[in-house]
Amino acid sequence: MKKATLVLDDGTRFEGESFGYEGNVAGEVVFNTAMTGYPESLTDPSYAGQLMTLTYPLVGNYGVPSDEKGADGIAPFMESDRIYASGLIVGDYSEVFSHWNARESLSDWLRREKVPGITGIDTRHLTQVLREHGVMMGKIIVEGASEQPADIDYNSINYVDLVSVPEIVTYGAGEGRKRVVLVDCGAKNNIVRCLLNRGVEVVRVPWNYDFNTLQFDGLFLSNGPGNPEACSEAVDNIRKFISNPEEKRPLMGICMGNQLLAKAAGATIYKLKYGHRSHNQPVRMEGTDRCFITSQNHGFAVDPSTLEEGWKPYFTNMNDGSNEGICHESKPWFSSQFHPEASGGPVDTEFLFDEFINLL
Amino acid sequence: MLKDSNIKKVLVLGSGALKIGEAGEFDYSGSQALKALREEGIETVLINPNIATVQTSEGVADHIYFLPVTPFFVEKVIARERPQGIMLAFGGQTALNCGVELFHKGILDKYDLKVLGTPVQSIIDTEDREIFVEKLDEIDVKTIDSVACDNKEAALEAAEKLGYPVILRAAYALGGLGSGFCDNAEELTRLADKAFSFSPQVLVEKSLKGWKEVEYEVVRDAFDNCITVCNMENFDPLGIHTGESIVVAPSQTLTNSEYHKLRELSIRIARHIGIVGECNVQFALCPDSEDYRVIEVNARLSRSSALASKATGYPLAFVAAKLGLGYGLFDLKNSVTKTTTAFFEPALDYCVCKIPRWDLGKFRGVNRELESSMKSVGEVMAIGRTFEEAIQKGLRMIGQGMHGFVENKELEIPDIDAALHAPTDKRIFVIEKAFDNGYTVEQIHDLTKIDCWFLEKLKNIHRTDRELQATGSLEALPARLFRRAKNMGFSDFQIARAVGMEKEMDIEKACLRVRDRRKALGIVPCVKQIDTLAGEFPAATNYLYLTYGGNHNDINYEHDHRSVVVLGSGAYRIGSSVEFDWCGVQALETIRKEGYRSVMVNYNPETVSTDYDICDRLYFDELTFERVLDIIDLETPHGVVVSTGGQIPNNLALKLDEQGVNLLGTSALSIDNAEDREKFSAMLNRIGVDQPEWSALTSMEDINEFVDKVGFPVLVRPSYVLSGAAMNVCYDRDQLERFLTLAANVSKRHPVVVSQFLEHAKEVEMDAVAKNGEIIAYAISEHVEFAGVHSGDATIQFPPQKLYVETARRIKKISKKIAKQLNISGPFNIQFLARDNDIKVIECNLRASRSFPFVSKVLKINFIELATRIMLGLPVSKPDKSVFDLDYVGVKASQFSFNRLQKADPKLGVDMVSTGEVGCIGEDARAALLTSMLSVGQRVPKKSVLLSTGNGKQKGDMLAAAKLLRKHGFDIYATDGTSRHLNENGIENTRVYWPDEEGTPQAVDMLNNHEIDLVINVPRNHSDKEVTNGYRIRRTAIDRNIPLITNARLASAFIKSFCAISPDDLEIKSWQEF
Repeated sequence: MKKATLVLDDGTRFEGESFGYEGNVAGEVVFNTAMTGYPESLTDPSYAGQLMTLTYPLVGNYGVPSDEKGADGIAPFMESDRIYASGLIVGDYSEVFSHWNARESLSDWLRREKVPGITGIDTRHLTQVLREHGVMMGKIIVEGASEQPADIDYNSINYVDLVSVPEIVTYGAGEGRKRVVLVDCGAKNNIVRCLLNRGVEVVRVPWNYDFNTLQFDGLFLSNGPGNPEACSEAVDNIRKFISNPEEKRPLMGICMGNQLLAKAAGATIYKLKYGHRSHNQPVRMEGTDRCFITSQNHGFAVDPSTLEEGWKPYFTNMNDGSNEGICHESKPWFSSQFHPEASGGPVDTEFLFDEFINLL
Repeated sequence: MLKDSNIKKVLVLGSGALKIGEAGEFDYSGSQALKALREEGIETVLINPNIATVQTSEGVADHIYFLPVTPFFVEKVIARERPQGIMLAFGGQTALNCGVELFHKGILDKYDLKVLGTPVQSIIDTEDREIFVEKLDEIDVKTIDSVACDNKEAALEAAEKLGYPVILRAAYALGGLGSGFCDNAEELTRLADKAFSFSPQVLVEKSLKGWKEVEYEVVRDAFDNCITVCNMENFDPLGIHTGESIVVAPSQTLTNSEYHKLRELSIRIARHIGIVGECNVQFALCPDSEDYRVIEVNARLSRSSALASKATGYPLAFVAAKLGLGYGLFDLKNSVTKTTTAFFEPALDYCVCKIPRWDLGKFRGVNRELESSMKSVGEVMAIGRTFEEAIQKGLRMIGQGMHGFVENKELEIPDIDAALHAPTDKRIFVIEKAFDNGYTVEQIHDLTKIDCWFLEKLKNIHRTDRELQATGSLEALPARLFRRAKNMGFSDFQIARAVGMEKEMDIEKACLRVRDRRKALGIVPCVKQIDTLAGEFPAATNYLYLTYGGNHNDINYEHDHRSVVVLGSGAYRIGSSVEFDWCGVQALETIRKEGYRSVMVNYNPETVSTDYDICDRLYFDELTFERVLDIIDLETPHGVVVSTGGQIPNNLALKLDEQGVNLLGTSALSIDNAEDREKFSAMLNRIGVDQPEWSALTSMEDINEFVDKVGFPVLVRPSYVLSGAAMNVCYDRDQLERFLTLAANVSKRHPVVVSQFLEHAKEVEMDAVAKNGEIIAYAISEHVEFAGVHSGDATIQFPPQKLYVETARRIKKISKKIAKQLNISGPFNIQFLARDNDIKVIECNLRASRSFPFVSKVLKINFIELATRIMLGLPVSKPDKSVFDLDYVGVKASQFSFNRLQKADPKLGVDMVSTGEVGCIGEDARAALLTSMLSVGQRVPKKSVLLSTGNGKQKGDMLAAAKLLRKHGFDIYATDGTSRHLNENGIENTRVYWPDEEGTPQAVDMLNNHEIDLVINVPRNHSDKEVTNGYRIRRTAIDRNIPLITNARLASAFIKSFCAISPDDLEIKSWQEF
């Protein structure tokens, strides 16, 4: 294996070995504490522009499944059509894999998708550095690779625009089916699956498409990468929807969707020091004893104290008290900062999809 | 506060003596539960006869009863203490079964006793297979097709319907007792007979051999909030009991989808059954699809939950106890971070590997194959940042002379294919052997069904080993390969051996060379925290391990020389278990109390000493010389305690001392002088103390010459054992020759120690603490059995009941001399033989002994606290003489697990075979003996007793007891010689026939028909005929769950006790009240 180095913006260097694509890359270095689900995470569009550190050291054990699409036009084992993370940082990459569903090794897949990986890193230490300093930019430099990665400013790029569908895509069309508009800020496939499994038609529109012009029964705001401040067009469209006093159609949002809805409801968004990226985030439904373990992947959070009248916090993180969702006091509108569609992660909150569908 | 304020006093049931399938993990869970209760200001009552546990120590529970955990005794305690609540989930299957019985008998209702935690109905729902399957059907969860059968015929019919192979399980049995696989009707018939003697119901299931086995630990509160704390994957596929399997956490070969599918099912089950607290769900997962079956649910803390707690840092038992009091998970804090919530699921950033420890070599005739019931006696947990590192660490921790996966002593495997296919305790080393012989991963997978990922990882180790070997010398070993080997968990020893240094120098010297070179290259381990959140939140945790998978230490060391390192006792094994955990914990507590930083090194997940709450820093890591030095390099401690962890740390003393480590207490030189047979003998001669004659001999001629001098019988201890037990008593030349030619190898390299063996001698123990050679406190105790029964198997009375005053005086004098000679500062133990007033020393250990907790608790003087203070150089005062004068008696009795060890001959000898012990206190010796015998599972017979009482002398010993039996109306059945002897002495009896005799009634038939309530079978040790006949009776008794006693002295004592007092007349008193 070739030597490779991870260099952080503050100059900290981590020496390791290259796997996957042998090229140099830059991105925002983040860490994810999930112990399974690297194919899901890597194809999650919300990781666009990021170098993903996995704190669980043994990675690649079960290989990578096929990325072929099913009859519904979605790859059954992937969260999108390609790897979105810019790079992967692990402790102990497993060159051998063993699983009935595996088609290739993680390394082969990364190579195919031109994504560099680095192994042999003290990912626990790296995580501590990121935790203390906050997330920062970094580069993976592979021995012998010549191209210089461009310096990027993660916060100023509109990643949503880079990952959203370019035009409308319809899934599960059928006579008499309720129609849900999915605003695609970088939607994971499992959001589409969770909706389709509940028997509705999904109209996936580009992030900045004015869906108010369409006929639909319910509105769904997806997850997505990067800074929500870059998505003012989407916020404007949402504001148009919620500011109509006659509007009664249900709305649900996830992650970036929660932030965009909150912005439309007047709230401010701030960047967390090192975000929540894991499968074990505890949230509590406000005003109840109901608690859930959730899958999360976000670097920004809603300041619930800045919500306009009529809105209130729905869920709150039990570890750091940050907002995990908002809802309207009288209308069927709610959103979560966590991922009820999971994939990867726990499926405890998938009932939110049922609640949304029941409101249609 | 959400908790029920009516609950002011709570009864916690313990699990009794350690046995196979139920070991130290329940001391840990019970201790945690008691801690959780005390924190709430709740008065606690504990019933547990296991006197060596931490939970039965001062300050852990308010009222401690050393009584059997049976409904009979538990009701008496309830009536006396009148608690408002009872906890059933912390004492294993013993407590759970007892709880269910208390419920059925209406005792819980009678005393208005609230079950805290999972309700009894939920327990019944999980324990009764039929109800269980129904319950899971209700929520669309798949279980294994099985049929509950009440008799053998029904079982055969069910198996026909399901199709062989099937698995047979006894309901309500701990650790798979009476369970097994059957490939055909014949095997089923055999197993069913046995299973029905343990349980009224047997389940016949379709076998899923070869599927993956995965477990989840689920926590649920009364508000229906659920988490899974950990999942674990078995290295060995389904078919091998999870207690027999290597287990990894988290799962390694499961995709996200599989992981969360099973997780969701676990939670669905916990909710539907109504768990409040903790439960464990075991799954079979198809290796070729996402198909699954639920194997079982344990509605209580289990071995797996103890492992999960240690693997993740999440204190399951503590949290479960709080939830039982009515708290919600959201009310509780994560005990590691102290800031985040207890409602979360730990994220691991390391890999954990649990490996069982077997001691099958100690049992004659035992079946060594691993099956669906458990045989291991202990386990270890290894932590690493690669799988290779974790498994190699673990294989060293097991402590059976292995150095890891590779570079071990050559294993002789006649048929590798067969050994791979039918796994034994040596299975993983057979895989190594197979690699050596060119087997591919696929071939091994086909034979073992172990997932290829695990095999590939082992192959990795093997490949790296070959690369090391190819270098040929330490100098030629490249730094990159050196580091890779260390990342893969190679020890310095393995590296030294692989690069061929053994040829040129002593291996110990070679290891130090490797160490020096390694440090010069900057290849050193780093210390990491187990923080439950993979570094996401800062954690001031003291729960640590060392790894080569990193280069940054999580700890900033103070270098203030205030650390005192206590070396733990490692895996529980026969001869070393919970008693040394107690010693370690007492030492840590004393160190902490005296203002030092207490540091523990240990790797046994079943212990309290590896609870990170118990010390200031816990290294969950190896107790090898290499790793202990690594830790000392980091800690730069004030000193190291080697005398409270049994033999493992004791053996390190000299080597650590040579490296300039400050050992606290007795010097390494003195330890060596006591350990080294020659040196010790010379010292005894010098101070005029007698010992049995012995000699280390290297040829048959020398042995015969020695025996001519001292006479038979002799005790023979070979240094190299081929098969069977390591020690044996030989009564004549025939036996001696047979033993030495068949079982052992006698040569210059492997000398045999032969000692004179005294028959009909008493064995007496001196446990004591000394300071600068002067004894400060001591306890003399006496074995019930004569010498010849290992002190770990013997029944011990303290204070001694039948010892001449003169004998006691002489023992004290000799002990004083030895303490002075060896300048002992700390704990020590001397074993004596006494016949008439003739006293000989057999052994001396300059460390705490197995009986320290027993004598400490009976005497109510904490010997370890005293010893630790001495080791720290603090002043101690001699206890007043009057405290040694007790008006009550303690009896320690041994627990055997022969029922788990198929085919093993259940008899006692000079090698230890018991797996646990209890200690009970009574007003007199009979009361204490009766209570302790009942605590280890003996029962007072209802009507019939079978006697076959060995040779003349032993028969004589038994005569009075036999008379007593008749007087109390028991029917006596006796075999040939015994029957005659009884007749001659006018004791009415019915003759029964040996298996090889014609005639009825046949002894074995009577046992099979449960017509006998107690078997007293004293082996004579002589003819083959007796060995076989006696074996069949003993084994049948065990297999039919009929109480068996094999020692005449113990049998007499037991009979005299239950004839004198009935269990009903035993006074119920807590320890504190004596």
